[in-house]
Amino acid sequence: MAKITLDNLAHSYLPQPKGEDDYALKELNHDWNDGEAYALLGASGCGKSTLLNIISGLLHPSQGRILFDGHDVTHAPTAERNIAQVFQFPVVYDTMSVRDNLAFPLRNRGRDETYVAERVQEIARMIGMEAELDRKARGLTADAKQKISLGRGMVRKDVNALLFDEPLTVIDPHMKWELRTQLKQLHQDFGHTMIYVTHDQTEALTFADKVVVMYDGRVVQIGTPQELFERPAHTFVGYFIGSPGMNLFDAEVYGRTARIAGAEVDLGAVHETGRGRVQVGVRPEFVALRADGPGVPARVSRVEDVGRHKIVRLDVGGTSSSAILPEHETVPAGADRIVFDPAVINVYENDWRVPPVRRGREAA
Amino acid sequence: MKTVNQKAWFLVLPVLVLVAFSAVIPLMTVVNYSVQDTFGNNVFFWAGLDWFRDMLASDRMWNALVRQLVFSAIILAIEVPLGIFVALNMPKSGVWASFCLVLMSLPLLIPWNVVGTIWQIFGRVDIGLLGYTLDAIGIDYNYTQGFIAAWATVIVMDVWHWTSLVALLAYAGLRSIPDAYYQAAKIDQASRWKVFRYIELPKMSGVLMIAILLRFMDSFMIYTEPFVVTGGGPGNATTFLSIDLVKMALGQFDLGPAAAFSLMYFLVILLVSWVFYTVMTNLDKRDGVR
Repeated sequence: MAKITLDNLAHSYLPQPKGEDDYALKELNHDWNDGEAYALLGASGCGKSTLLNIISGLLHPSQGRILFDGHDVTHAPTAERNIAQVFQFPVVYDTMSVRDNLAFPLRNRGRDETYVAERVQEIARMIGMEAELDRKARGLTADAKQKISLGRGMVRKDVNALLFDEPLTVIDPHMKWELRTQLKQLHQDFGHTMIYVTHDQTEALTFADKVVVMYDGRVVQIGTPQELFERPAHTFVGYFIGSPGMNLFDAEVYGRTARIAGAEVDLGAVHETGRGRVQVGVRPEFVALRADGPGVPARVSRVEDVGRHKIVRLDVGGTSSSAILPEHETVPAGADRIVFDPAVINVYENDWRVPPVRRGREAA
Repeated sequence: MKTVNQKAWFLVLPVLVLVAFSAVIPLMTVVNYSVQDTFGNNVFFWAGLDWFRDMLASDRMWNALVRQLVFSAIILAIEVPLGIFVALNMPKSGVWASFCLVLMSLPLLIPWNVVGTIWQIFGRVDIGLLGYTLDAIGIDYNYTQGFIAAWATVIVMDVWHWTSLVALLAYAGLRSIPDAYYQAAKIDQASRWKVFRYIELPKMSGVLMIAILLRFMDSFMIYTEPFVVTGGGPGNATTFLSIDLVKMALGQFDLGPAAAFSLMYFLVILLVSWVFYTVMTNLDKRDGVR
């Protein structure tokens, strides 16, 4: 187990990257603390797998360094880094039995057979494949194969980090929950540093202590699930996390007031914005519909009942947005405006969050 | 009431006619010759299974069969490992990959008798580069006289001509292995040999099976190249089944024994193909998801 430090790291698949756009992974400084479980969340093609492969040594970065507990391993081969990695699609050694598949990483490192047998038995119990140990891996179903891949990733106890690259893509939904719970349990029991790549927000939020959100080759926010929900640092985080994602309204901000679609909204604190595109973000969970009183004019275009709650699709000054209503509430008759609590509003300029000016500074 | 119209059967008639003329009738002619005897003038007598008994009792067919099996075994033992080795060392992408692919396919595009002629001249001691060089460095090489030299020439010629096929098939098999397998092997710290043994070889097994089948069938029926180079000699040293058969049927005009011989030859090939087919389909079944 180790703390992993990324120092000025960047990667481009082109031999001579010219501009920033040529980089699949833009310059990045980050520490992955020893023993924490991280989720790396982002849309497909945002550089998640690139980052993972750089950490495991399958890919060498175009610039920067990687340190394991302070030792520079940037140019060390995968074998020296002692990392376990599980890939998106199952990789099993077809001609071997399930048992030999699980034992493979240990035997390659010359562990003695009694230890190997004991460890394989433990892992087989964990992934629920004790009965199939002597079967050939060929001909198993995709989920069974992926369970073997997971097992092979977990069989070594002394790894520096466990990396998962969307490992549950091919697994059945009910099995997904079970395996994710087991991974979490494993993390609690052994305290491995774990990095879990996914594009599924539920998976990320339930698995990790800290979620790292990536967008277009850049880490846009690192935080707890709650921070990501309440204070998205980038409009992408607001939009990507939550279902439906955060509403973003184009606005003009003057001090502690914002003008959205002609209506004035109190922001609760002073925000200083520049000349960029200014937007105000409010999560649908915090949007309330009103038939009278102050508020931003909105037109209800559709109501979707998804069981637990209702999603009200709105048109606010030409921007489509949404509100979430609890299960038993209905849309008030004649509702034509929306209101929200100042505490839940976030202001963005050019997609990045503008923090409110603190009182201390205001006084000074 | 439902009318029954059997006229649709006429639609398969062209196929029946085609198959009859291309396969059934020629084959039946051979069967016909194999059970009859003639003293010329197109007069035939019923001979029953005598020709088959004669052939099975004669050393001639057995010797040719043994030579044939040894030849096929040797070329398979060389071409399959060599083809895999070449495929493993070919560039994986880029201009050089295309260059290698074109280069590898060249021997496959040369007609059999031209290959024979090339090696016939190449190996000649008086004017051929190979023969002259070997002779100059003091190796006793003459494929028209030496047993070893004749066999070596025929085998090297076949390896030269057909290893590319195995290599190209193996290369196709290798290219279909997803990168994740190699990455997982690195993570698992597998040695190069283990990567080959547990990833590459199993993933290539399907195409290799086809390569082995093709090479076995082709080499088992080889005729043109040894005929052009050695003419089956020296003595009968390189008289393989086809060469022997042609000698018997067209050289000596022993139609009856030759027909019996070719039927048995045909059955052996059919049997081997069936064995291969069964093995391959069983492999596929094992691959299937249960």
